[in-house]
Amino acid sequence: MMRGAATTLRSELMGFSGIVERNTYIIKRYAWWELAWFVWTLANTLTIAFIAKGFAASGAKIDVNKATSWLLIGALVWSYLGMVFGLLVEMVQWERWEGTIEHTFMAPLSRSMHLLGTGIFGVLYGIVRTAALFVVVALFFHLELPHANYLAALVVLLVASVSFIGIGMMTSVLPLISPEKGVQLGYVAQGLLLVVSGVYYSVSVLPGWMQALARISPATYALRALRSSIIDGAGLSSLWGDIWPMIVIGVIAIPLGLEIFRRGERYAKRAGKLKRSG
Amino acid sequence: MSSVSALSNSVVVPEGPAVEVLQLRKDFHRREGLHRCRITALKPVSFSIARGECVAILGQNGSGKSTLVRLLSTLLLEDGGAARIFGHDVFREPRRVQRLINRVSVEASFFKRLSAIENLSYAARFYGLRRRETRVEIPRILARVGFPLERATGPMEDLSRGMQQKVALARALLTSPALLLLDEPTTGLDPRSKLEVQDFIREVRRVHDATVLLCTHDLAEAEELADRVGILHAGELICLAPAAELKRRYRAETLEEAFFSATGTALAEEEVVSE
Repeated sequence: MMRGAATTLRSELMGFSGIVERNTYIIKRYAWWELAWFVWTLANTLTIAFIAKGFAASGAKIDVNKATSWLLIGALVWSYLGMVFGLLVEMVQWERWEGTIEHTFMAPLSRSMHLLGTGIFGVLYGIVRTAALFVVVALFFHLELPHANYLAALVVLLVASVSFIGIGMMTSVLPLISPEKGVQLGYVAQGLLLVVSGVYYSVSVLPGWMQALARISPATYALRALRSSIIDGAGLSSLWGDIWPMIVIGVIAIPLGLEIFRRGERYAKRAGKLKRSG
Repeated sequence: MSSVSALSNSVVVPEGPAVEVLQLRKDFHRREGLHRCRITALKPVSFSIARGECVAILGQNGSGKSTLVRLLSTLLLEDGGAARIFGHDVFREPRRVQRLINRVSVEASFFKRLSAIENLSYAARFYGLRRRETRVEIPRILARVGFPLERATGPMEDLSRGMQQKVALARALLTSPALLLLDEPTTGLDPRSKLEVQDFIREVRRVHDATVLLCTHDLAEAEELADRVGILHAGELICLAPAAELKRRYRAETLEEAFFSATGTALAEEEVVSE
């Protein structure tokens, strides 16, 4: 019995490594595309980070360094979340486009390993990409962050990523059940998540009903904790108030995401949508 | 006799028939204006395939061949009936079935920018193959299907359709399937590539004792490769017997005449219309 469990575990991990391996090849083969996307994200991030300087130039009395850092963190979280969500939401659509969808879904690969492999690859690649973006923008603006607690920020990002993957799994089912509109709906979900989470502003400025939604969004806690750790140097103990809600949301979001995907896959198999042409 | 592969993903294949299909039915629903209409892609179909046998299913486009293959590949759920592969229920035990099957379809389904080796390598991981095994097995199998190894590291998009189909065969063989589902594997290939693929199918049967379900438009291919030939027409399996018996039954000189007698249409008729 133990041997059977070990064989199953080995097979699951092998499937997981297959997903990571595949995505690594794709990134490698589309290196120029990745570089172009990085430059586009960099330009986008700079336009947001310049807002603080723009306000100062128009006479507003603000701490430009702090405001730039504040906006920069929002832009980086948007980019990071876009990376993780993008990989999950486009997972099905990309396979449909390449024509591999049937081969992947008829392989003895558990859906949990399929989705977790995609999500964890997104987290790892997203962290590397976001860190590179942060360094470039920080150098560009000569940002001074003497108190920054990068280790705490990394822990916050990793904890937040669990719930991001869970929510990403829920949205990744959309292209499976709606080949024409699924990806777009996934991006709508990402945008809505960030709008209510205080990406470039404090959640307190939102209307009451949006603040209520902010309380169930992991991005709200992630943004607040990241700003506290990078701008104010807050440690993990003082960030606990933001970390535990993310853990709770993550513990709920992962199994919920898997179950939603399982149901979506059954529907797609019933309706005949699990094929390249939809 | 149970067969066990030397590779780490080896699966013990249970005794009994390779495929048992009983009253299997599949409907699809399409919206036409305000109405949803039901289209029966596969009427209740029953047949079985013995271990090591090669069965060819002939049928026009839209006859239900691909629906049958996709049902057996665990890509569709049934609307009635049952299907078992080596004793495992296709719809209740899909992962057990998935370990025993692989499929080659008419389209080369690969990540086109990735190389043949990269496409085969990650796909093998889904079937539990270790890196040290694929490092040895992939070049060996590619060489066996006649794929030039010097092209194995370049993007798939630079390969001809025939070469891509060889990679598809290599991918199927890499996982040592006990049941190989071939959905028009030679459609669109040049005559030489077609013959190479057909030789390969014979070899897979001879060397690996694999069971083959071949869906094709090609009557000569079906007669040449299959132990029994079935005719699927408008979702209904009209007959399934050795080619010689079909010709006798329909008092036909050729399989093409037998197909015409059985269905009232020529196999190529609908294709000409669709072209």
